[in-house]
Amino acid sequence: MNDREPGGHAAPLTPPTPVVQTHDMHGHPLASLPVKVCTRDVDVFYGDKQALFGVSMDIPDCSVTAFIGPSGCGKSTFLRCINRMNDTIDIARVAGSIEIDGANIYDRGIDPVLLRARVGMVFQKPNPFPKSIYDNVAYGPKIHGLVSTKDETDAVVEDSLKRAGLWAEVADRLDAPGTGLSGGQQQRLVIARAIAVKPEVILMDEPCSALDPIATAKIEELIDELRENFCIIIVTHSMAQAARVSQKTAFFHLGKLVESGPTEEIFTNPRDERTQDYITGRFG
Amino acid sequence: MTDAALPAGASAPDPSAAIKKRLAARYRAERRFRAYGIAAIAVAVAALLVLVGSIVSQAYSAFWTYELALDVTVDPERIPGDPSNPADIQRGDFGVMLQNALRGEFPDETRNARIRELLALSTRLNSATLGRRVADNPALIGQTIRFKMPISDEVDRYLKGQATGRDWVRLDAAPAVTPDADGETAALRLSPADAARIADAVGDAEPSVIVFSNGGAWRLSGPAAQTAEGEQLIAPGAPGVEDRALILSTPEADRRVSDAQIAWTETLRARGDVKAAFNTYLFANTDSREPELAGVFAALMGSIFTMLVTMVLAVPVGVATAIYLEEFAPKNRWTDLVEVNINNLAAVPSIVFGLLGLAVFINFLGMPRSAPLVGGLVLALMTLPVVIISGRAALKAVPPSIREAALAVGASRTQAVFGHVLPLAMPGIMTGSIIGLAQALGETAPLLMIGMVAFVADAPTGVTSPATVMPVQIFIWATSAERAFEARTAAAIIILLSLMILMNAAAIFLRRKFERRW
Ligand SMILES: Nc1ncnc2c1ncn2[C@@H]1O[C@H](COP(=O)(O)OP(=O)(O)O)[C@@H](O)[C@H]1O
Ligand SMILES: [Mg+2]
Repeated sequence: MNDREPGGHAAPLTPPTPVVQTHDMHGHPLASLPVKVCTRDVDVFYGDKQALFGVSMDIPDCSVTAFIGPSGCGKSTFLRCINRMNDTIDIARVAGSIEIDGANIYDRGIDPVLLRARVGMVFQKPNPFPKSIYDNVAYGPKIHGLVSTKDETDAVVEDSLKRAGLWAEVADRLDAPGTGLSGGQQQRLVIARAIAVKPEVILMDEPCSALDPIATAKIEELIDELRENFCIIIVTHSMAQAARVSQKTAFFHLGKLVESGPTEEIFTNPRDERTQDYITGRFG
Repeated sequence: MTDAALPAGASAPDPSAAIKKRLAARYRAERRFRAYGIAAIAVAVAALLVLVGSIVSQAYSAFWTYELALDVTVDPERIPGDPSNPADIQRGDFGVMLQNALRGEFPDETRNARIRELLALSTRLNSATLGRRVADNPALIGQTIRFKMPISDEVDRYLKGQATGRDWVRLDAAPAVTPDADGETAALRLSPADAARIADAVGDAEPSVIVFSNGGAWRLSGPAAQTAEGEQLIAPGAPGVEDRALILSTPEADRRVSDAQIAWTETLRARGDVKAAFNTYLFANTDSREPELAGVFAALMGSIFTMLVTMVLAVPVGVATAIYLEEFAPKNRWTDLVEVNINNLAAVPSIVFGLLGLAVFINFLGMPRSAPLVGGLVLALMTLPVVIISGRAALKAVPPSIREAALAVGASRTQAVFGHVLPLAMPGIMTGSIIGLAQALGETAPLLMIGMVAFVADAPTGVTSPATVMPVQIFIWATSAERAFEARTAAAIIILLSLMILMNAAAIFLRRKFERRW
């Protein structure tokens, strides 16, 4: 509704953080990007079955890292380790260390609920709550106590929706159910919901696989914008998408991290034969 | 159909011919299956219609009743004690006042046996109602008031045409009546046409024939002829039925209402003292030995109290159990065991719960017998598994993506469950709970075990006062000897069914109200 809009358009679309330069003039990533997520020897078991074998990698901040690989190779499993969503699966067991900003998130003192406020997640199928658009976005800030007044909530909702590129489309119907939006809009709403709690890392598990090409293009554009402020990790089965949006790519095969590196290198000059085979479509 | 879309007359023996053949067979199979489905539904609907039809056809006559209205003189001499004290007033002899009023309608009747028959037109128990009315309004003492009461159940059945076949023959001419000296019999002279018509209506059977004329009534002692002997039932002179003959196809010995009672009833009806009315007694009264006074009020209140106890116990405990087992409990051998046992509990015959209630609640814990509290506890135990199982099914049906969505923005498990999963599961949980309660509402066997089958004269005022419930009331009436209870049993069944339909409607309403799409 209009009354939610705070006076005019004075509010900046993005917080005034300095733009981090991620590429040099040739398009190569700058080595100076700090490491946000650092994993060492991560094994994941579902019951007796091992799904991940000793995954160690560094994921840089303020950039997009893509996980690619044939389905069933453990991309989602690895992604869900980073916000401890695997905790919700009774039979899942994680070994090894995953550090965010140098702190192991599997340490005893870490509360997964607080961790998930720092590490947002977007799923393959858009899953807005069956509530209004406004409530969808406001839910996270409310439960974490980030907002206390109605005005603050309004501001966060507007800011998040603007950052997710959805504000213009829904500004006049914030009370409409979030489930009534189109698939692409729902996915952007879910992204708005995730960034409303001001996370540091955003995990996306095949966020475009249920969307049409136009909606996909919009999400990719959005990811590219969000990269400036967040560490984004995206699972995708589309190599074109990985090439378009990511700066770093990791290739998984049969539960193992085969290789990872700057996206351009992986796609132009893979070191491993399996990577070569996969990106040229020889298996998948 | 799709067959037409296939290329017709393709010459090559290509696979399309085989596909076509298969397709036809597939469509046939589908049509067959649909036919089975429709047939099954038709059988079910027919069975339902027969069931409801038979109950309604039996019950509808119980929803109205004939009332006898009398001018009763509230005699101060029959009310001993302080006439301003309601308790004293109620101790008055109102039965005699009612009897006097009824005798006043037929003052010429002096034979004791006949007077007893006459007084049987209404039960003495009506005096309690009269007493209450006077106690409520002591100004009535000394006045003559119009008092309405249900007529005796056997007379009611006669008036509804259930006791005997009735045939009225209008007489063209008033018969000449020559009473004998003692007034017990009379010689009746009928016109030839009237005599012929009565004889015609009588046929070969040997029914009772009552001739009414000039306010009097005579029962013919022999076949209808121009001159006939008649036993005097009502002395002529007062207003009554005019110049008619009533032919009763069932002989007097085969019915519970006598010819004299019929003559009085018809005369009272002609005077406007007997009228049909909606049977308010059925709803407002508690159980009674006299069918015309018996009502379901006590049983209804008992059912409500029992259901309250059941609801307060079974729904919160059941829903909480379902939530814990489905959302929080670890999946291990213990929870498996609990689950198996809950499923088994749902299949335990209900009378076993009654035995348990008797042993634990009454004998061991010393709770009162026949109380809605114990009944509610027993039914709650019986309903719990249903609530738990349906609650778990409803929770399971909520897509996991909702749970993940909530967890992923940092909601705790409790927040995810109570803020997102439970609201979506609510319609299913409520439907399950209400169906469980509706089942409990219709339960008889376990309540018999804990003594809720006792005769309850007063409606329960709380969960510890003696009570019975609707299904048990139905059971009691169904096993009663009086024919009039047959229709009342069916009527009580309809009241119970309406209650259940009401509950199910509430379930549907709540479902609609809480249902959201995702
Ligand atoms: N909840 C689960 N329980 C048991 N096994 C699982 C579960 N989730 C995933 N797996 C198994 O782990 C492996 C990796 O799955 P996943 O991470 O979903 O692959 P990807 O996302 O790369 O397609 C697969 O073999 C899959 O069968
Ligand atoms: Mg996956």
